[in-house]
Amino acid sequence: MAAWFHRPKYTIVRKTTERSETKIPEGMWVKCEKCDSILLKKELDDNLSVCPKCGLHSRITAKKRIEILTDEGSFVPMFEDVRSVDFLGFPQYKEKLESSIKKTNMTDSVLAGTAKINSMDIALAVTDFFFMGGSLGSAMGERITALIELAIRENLPVIIISASGGGARMHEGIMSLMQMAKISAGLGKLADKGLPFVSVMTDPTGGGVTASFAMLGDLNIAEPEAFIMFAGPRVIEGTIKQKLPAGFQRAEFLQEHGMIDYIVVRKDMKNAIHQSLSTMLNKEKYAGRA
Amino acid sequence: MADEHIQILEFEKPLAELKKKIEELKVYAREKNLNVDAEVKPLEERAGKMRDEIYKNLNSWQIVQIMRHVKRPKTLDYVALMIDDFQELHGDRSFADDKAMVGGIGKIDGISVMIIGLQKGKDTKENLMRNFGMSQPEGYRKALRLMKYAEKFNMPVLTFIDTSGAYPGIEGEERGVAEAIARNLMEMSRLKVPIIVSVIGEGGSGGALGVGVGDRVLMLKYATYSVISFEGCATILWKDATKAAEAARILKPTAKDLFELKVIDEIIDEPLEGAHKDYEYTANNLKTAIVKYLKVLVKIPLNRLLEERYKKFRNMGIYERVEQQAQTAKEEADNA
Repeated sequence: MAAWFHRPKYTIVRKTTERSETKIPEGMWVKCEKCDSILLKKELDDNLSVCPKCGLHSRITAKKRIEILTDEGSFVPMFEDVRSVDFLGFPQYKEKLESSIKKTNMTDSVLAGTAKINSMDIALAVTDFFFMGGSLGSAMGERITALIELAIRENLPVIIISASGGGARMHEGIMSLMQMAKISAGLGKLADKGLPFVSVMTDPTGGGVTASFAMLGDLNIAEPEAFIMFAGPRVIEGTIKQKLPAGFQRAEFLQEHGMIDYIVVRKDMKNAIHQSLSTMLNKEKYAGRA
Repeated sequence: MADEHIQILEFEKPLAELKKKIEELKVYAREKNLNVDAEVKPLEERAGKMRDEIYKNLNSWQIVQIMRHVKRPKTLDYVALMIDDFQELHGDRSFADDKAMVGGIGKIDGISVMIIGLQKGKDTKENLMRNFGMSQPEGYRKALRLMKYAEKFNMPVLTFIDTSGAYPGIEGEERGVAEAIARNLMEMSRLKVPIIVSVIGEGGSGGALGVGVGDRVLMLKYATYSVISFEGCATILWKDATKAAEAARILKPTAKDLFELKVIDEIIDEPLEGAHKDYEYTANNLKTAIVKYLKVLVKIPLNRLLEERYKKFRNMGIYERVEQQAQTAKEEADNA
């Protein structure tokens, strides 16, 4: 335990993951990826996986996200019967699906259903980065579209929380691309009905997810420092042969460039969304042309 | 021979060599005033057979090569051959005029339409001007402006897809290329005029889909449409971009594949050796199909048109439905 007090002064460049694996007793302690602080795992969990020292918002599972965001026990999962199929015979897809199902105890990369936030009824979908990068395939497309249609029928606001680094799931070829159009068309119907859509972008949100539902919110909200992109930084670097500026594609960068309404820390997310939705749906507001 | 100046694809080489030999033989015979008809005839028959064999059994990668042929017609070539009174319209009214996304008004078979298409260059000079057909956010916003314009004047929209994708650069991220594409997906799904999409060359991912939502989606025989570039897919799978041919096989990106997957409505025929061999033939086929669908679509009442367009995309996706009961039983078995 005390070994890190005696680290030689000038050898700093080591892989953090290796270091944390060797020096920290498994399970009890974790190290912040950003500020290197050694934290009690329980302390980090109690703080919603946000580093109490530097405020880094670590990635969390969809289940954890729902726990944090919704009223206790209010989430009713739906459309779980919709499952991915390896219809292209794509290398490793079956194996990846099976191992992801085992690892995450989810049936695909999104949880969808109804829930309450501060007693307000909502339709909620949360994608999970730990299930194949939170990628968008036919199953996610169907679950989210079915959820939007349910919201239209039952007059509910829709909240989608993205943690999808990979964007469209290439293992489903063109069909994954079409899911972008499918969900966006659903959101068009929702908009026609005058119902609000809140998009929450968390670390990471990329590719076909960003270029479809994630950017279409009446409210586009992000967590601090969340990595949000269209093209991956390596692709851009490879194309333009330049180093990318610091802070590029972080939530603050997107807000600076007008793509995001506001950034809110994890513990305040629930109340912030509730407050905004309450204002938008307030019955006492100006009646206008109606 | 004009053909000599045209790029010969790898799989065409044996045929090209045979053709060259026949040509040489003919030239030689002419010079020496010999009659070689008896020798030439079987050779020409063999060449014809070879040609049929090659093109009857094209694999995905060979189709990709035809799609990438330098002389393949581009959006403005089709516009020139299909559209009367075309007037190009420029700019997104907000930031710039994206030359990788062209647009304008004109008439097809007497019907006024809005044309929007991704435009690659014919040579290096034009490609630099067109950014190799890779649009920036302002290209998608220009497209949306023109679609709203079409809606206002009740003109059907024809879009043409030919791009490797939206341009991956710093400015694109700054100006929100993801937002621009997303917005188009939503707005195209409910635009109050008919939309016919034609994939004429390369259908590259989100950058293609950004003008790809419509009532009918047509695709030329040797065009491709894919969620990821074949080289990119090969790099992810095998860390080796040279295995792109294998990726092209797996991704099922050809017109035939997409027709079978019900992503497109019709395959438009090209000359056996590709659209570059006969622009007029290809443009005529495409025009005939577009006009055929336009005449059907303009008669459909708007509500139904929009509902059918919604359903078309809403029904896309291949997944299975697991019986909930069986699922519960399985979970119990897993837990036991």
